[in-house]
Amino acid sequence: MDCSHVFEFKVKRLIVVFALFLAFLSVSSRVFAQADTSVVSADTAVTAAHAEGAHGAGHGEEKFEPTKVIMEHIADSHVWHLWGHLSIPLPVILYTPDAGLEFFSSGNFHHGEHDYTGSKNIYRLVNDKIKIVGADGQADEAASSKILDFSITKNVAAMFVAIAVILIIFISVAGAYKKRVGKAPKGLQSFVEPIILFVRDDIAKPNIGHKHAKFMPYLLTVFFFIWINNVLGLIPIFPGGANVTGNISLTFVLSLFTMIIVNINGNKYYWKHIFLPNVPFWLWPLMVVVEVVGVISKPFALMVRLFANITAGHIIVLSLISLIFIFKTLAIAPVSVAFVLFMDVLELLVAFLQAFIFTLLTALFIGMAVEEHH
Amino acid sequence: MELVTPTIGLVFWTAVAFVCLLILLKKFAWKPILAAIHEREQSIDEALNKAELAKHEMARLTAQNEELMKDARAERDHILKEAKALKDSIVHEAKTQAHTEGAKLIEKAKIEIENQKKAALAELKSQVSTLSLEIAERVLRSQLEDKAKQQDLVANLLKDVELN
Repeated sequence: MDCSHVFEFKVKRLIVVFALFLAFLSVSSRVFAQADTSVVSADTAVTAAHAEGAHGAGHGEEKFEPTKVIMEHIADSHVWHLWGHLSIPLPVILYTPDAGLEFFSSGNFHHGEHDYTGSKNIYRLVNDKIKIVGADGQADEAASSKILDFSITKNVAAMFVAIAVILIIFISVAGAYKKRVGKAPKGLQSFVEPIILFVRDDIAKPNIGHKHAKFMPYLLTVFFFIWINNVLGLIPIFPGGANVTGNISLTFVLSLFTMIIVNINGNKYYWKHIFLPNVPFWLWPLMVVVEVVGVISKPFALMVRLFANITAGHIIVLSLISLIFIFKTLAIAPVSVAFVLFMDVLELLVAFLQAFIFTLLTALFIGMAVEEHH
Repeated sequence: MELVTPTIGLVFWTAVAFVCLLILLKKFAWKPILAAIHEREQSIDEALNKAELAKHEMARLTAQNEELMKDARAERDHILKEAKALKDSIVHEAKTQAHTEGAKLIEKAKIEIENQKKAALAELKSQVSTLSLEIAERVLRSQLEDKAKQQDLVANLLKDVELN
């Protein structure tokens, strides 16, 4: 397969920037790893000091655990924490084989301090996971594993916000197009149009060819869905800040859709390439396995790439902020803020870049599936 | 490990929400937007093509005008030349005609003058002869009336003769 044309179009520069970014990321992650070890040592030092310290000072200054804080942010949650002790309870929807669907507010858990009694079971929030409390008063893991948790979690709610934003933007833009037929774009329209044209002319057309029109809605939707979610994730205050695109479930669904679309639209050449590859017959068993793995691995790479990039960005920003609390001094704050500012600017680029790359690779895979001759 | 394990709830909601978003955007956003962009691009293309055509047409017309002008100029020159030649020939003809006519008239006039002169001379001759006769008659008569004078005359004449 010839993918050289991918590197030939206008966004070559973007790719160069991306490569530089990757290089930087590897360096910074190494630095981060070093910082982490030093943090751990500092932490142990602090705890040691505490242990040695007088028992009188034991009013217990809450120990700061950066890993826990960061992982709490990265992971999904049943409440949307705003600031301080203020958080929005979100609806919990559970399906259990014995009780069926149950619907209640996560406020009933009072941040895990209370249990909630459903129709048949008692539920408890343990580490932001809903567990069934057994007769002994302990979480019943066997029963808990049967819970299907369809709750509107923080990520789901943030995704709904993003979807609302997307719908508002694009339906109003579509209205502008209907109102101003044949005229030059104006306002929001002129901001959105170059991006739509970019997706069409630089992503869809070169990779899919003349059949691109059929896939434009999917490509555009994926592009803007990822991009808007990425950007909203960078906003630290409500309703942004959720790690939506850095959640493997979401990237899994998106790459699953890509896989379905690619394979549904695969023509006979595509399937022939997989099951009757153009190699000596004794290589067939090997090649068929390789090709079939390729069908899965391509969307798998999409899933992991988006997840890892966005999660990494969130982790780095949070780690830099955590430095202030680890060193327990304001002196480090300017350094932290400067680095966070730098990372945020970089993340803005990454937000666009990841949306672009996801869409580009989707278009490339579709293009390979609908290509007419080999 | 928990970080990289998809959860059923988020998978479900993402799938539902994304499919809804795709359908809504496809119907209410992408279709009209892409159609409008396509339409605008086509109309721009068309306009550019038309402009190109108009340019060609313009060039063609200019060339045609130039040709016409050239033809017209040539025709004008030709007509002027012809007219000049015609004028010259007419003038020439008129001149020769006038010349011959004049010559003829002069000839006629000469003849007439000659004739008139002849007539006048004839008349003059006859009148002179009559007048001379009358004068002579009167002279003779007056001369002959006076004898003495006659005698004198004769005597004078004779005297002259002697002198000679």
